[in-house]
Amino acid sequence: MSGLVTRRALVAGLAAGAGGLLSGCDELGQDPEFRRLLGTAEQANYRLHRLLQNRAALAEEFAPQQRSPTFRHNGTAMPAGTDYARHLRDGFADWRLVIDGMVARPQAIPLAELRAMPARQQITRHDCVEGWSAIAKWTGVPLKLLLDRAGISPQAKFLVFHCADAQSNGAPYYESIDRVDAAHPQTVLAWALNDRPLPVQNGAPLRLRVERQLGYKHAKYVGRIEAVASLAGIYGGRGGFWEDVAGYEWYAGI
Amino acid sequence: MTSERREETGGTGVRGGDLVFRHRLATRLWHWLNVVAVVVLLMSGLTISNAHPFLYWGEYGANFDRAWLDVPRFPGWMTIPSYYDLALARRWHLFVAWPFAFGLLIYLLVSLFNRHIARDLTLSARELAPSRLWRDIKNHVRLNFPTGHEALSYNILQKIAYVGVIFGLLPILILTGLSLSPGFNAVWPGLLDLFGGRASARSLHFISAGLLALFAVGHLLLVLLAGPYNQMRGMITGRYRIPPDRDAPRAKVAA
Repeated sequence: MSGLVTRRALVAGLAAGAGGLLSGCDELGQDPEFRRLLGTAEQANYRLHRLLQNRAALAEEFAPQQRSPTFRHNGTAMPAGTDYARHLRDGFADWRLVIDGMVARPQAIPLAELRAMPARQQITRHDCVEGWSAIAKWTGVPLKLLLDRAGISPQAKFLVFHCADAQSNGAPYYESIDRVDAAHPQTVLAWALNDRPLPVQNGAPLRLRVERQLGYKHAKYVGRIEAVASLAGIYGGRGGFWEDVAGYEWYAGI
Repeated sequence: MTSERREETGGTGVRGGDLVFRHRLATRLWHWLNVVAVVVLLMSGLTISNAHPFLYWGEYGANFDRAWLDVPRFPGWMTIPSYYDLALARRWHLFVAWPFAFGLLIYLLVSLFNRHIARDLTLSARELAPSRLWRDIKNHVRLNFPTGHEALSYNILQKIAYVGVIFGLLPILILTGLSLSPGFNAVWPGLLDLFGGRASARSLHFISAGLLALFAVGHLLLVLLAGPYNQMRGMITGRYRIPPDRDAPRAKVAA
């Protein structure tokens, strides 16, 4: 009999514990101190990766026949507003890539000139934070060439990518990366997808490829690259649209 | 000690009713760390599954590709957080992954040196003989739990389950998890090839998580059936009361 009581009490205790666990986890997840604690893992992952990775260690590249039959899009499919519509109509003839901030020689490079620059081709896998992945071929200018041309300051620590697609909060999409990823050989501003001009849904006319990180870092519709010493003060201050509005990690290498 | 007595205690001097030291500190610490870590990892993992509830085989897999499994959507009471927030679920998951992974590593090293693996987690050929296995299965089905000196060591099915989890499931979960990180792929590209590509590694990660959940359910059930008070005391304090020998006359146990 006493065994039965113990068993029943235990089951009740477990059920109550499970309920308490759930609401407790929700409360902890909202607590700023606890969120900071959880955030230490992002820093730890970032440091560990930078420690273990060769700075130029490449993301895997694939053979043409290994590509996904369809490369899906995510996020913006068509940027709102008349400006982008006009550029699209004109075939992006007067789209310029602005490079400014902490650089010696600010740039405003027409798309045609970018396409004439030395390009890198890479067949890589795009991993979305949601869990899907797709393989495609990208052609684009290595970011390092552009930053060398602009004369980036050694004091600049981050590159901020300003995009043409306004988001739900009214602000445009943006993303940022560190100098290690900026100098990485596979980090390119892509203007072609699978040997065709970049489609609108995939970020025409220019999108960032930063192959050792998840998809949301690969900013689409890039119009301006800004070299900065700190991410504080730029939009929400967390280094990217999804980082600002939903708490996604700035370091998306995991 | 008479030869009769030695036989009855298996030469250990331990009899039903004795309170014995059963679980060392390293085992107990790791066990309770895992209770927390595995619960958080499984529940936040279900939120991550809800973000794209399809599993594929191969290098890639997205909406236009053929999924081998349409995973059901997991309800809020099973997930952390209880509402859909992928960013927060990832923060829980990737934070707890650290103590989970390094906990296993440290536990394995300690257990190698204190001979826990050699003494308690090694299956001999004799134990794997079909007749012994069959007897152990029958004992489990009849809920005949080991008594007397036999309760001092893990029984065969229990050992197989623990060995499978410690040396199979847990390392596979950690390695497939690591191989889902594009940053880590650049560190160790061969790991993903081992699992047959990213979509396969993701499938294996979810399958292993499901098996671990099944293990946890079976484990809890057996704890309840084998006497939760004694089992909990064993895992908290390390001390465990040997169940009285069911074949022994009552008077003997009382004595």
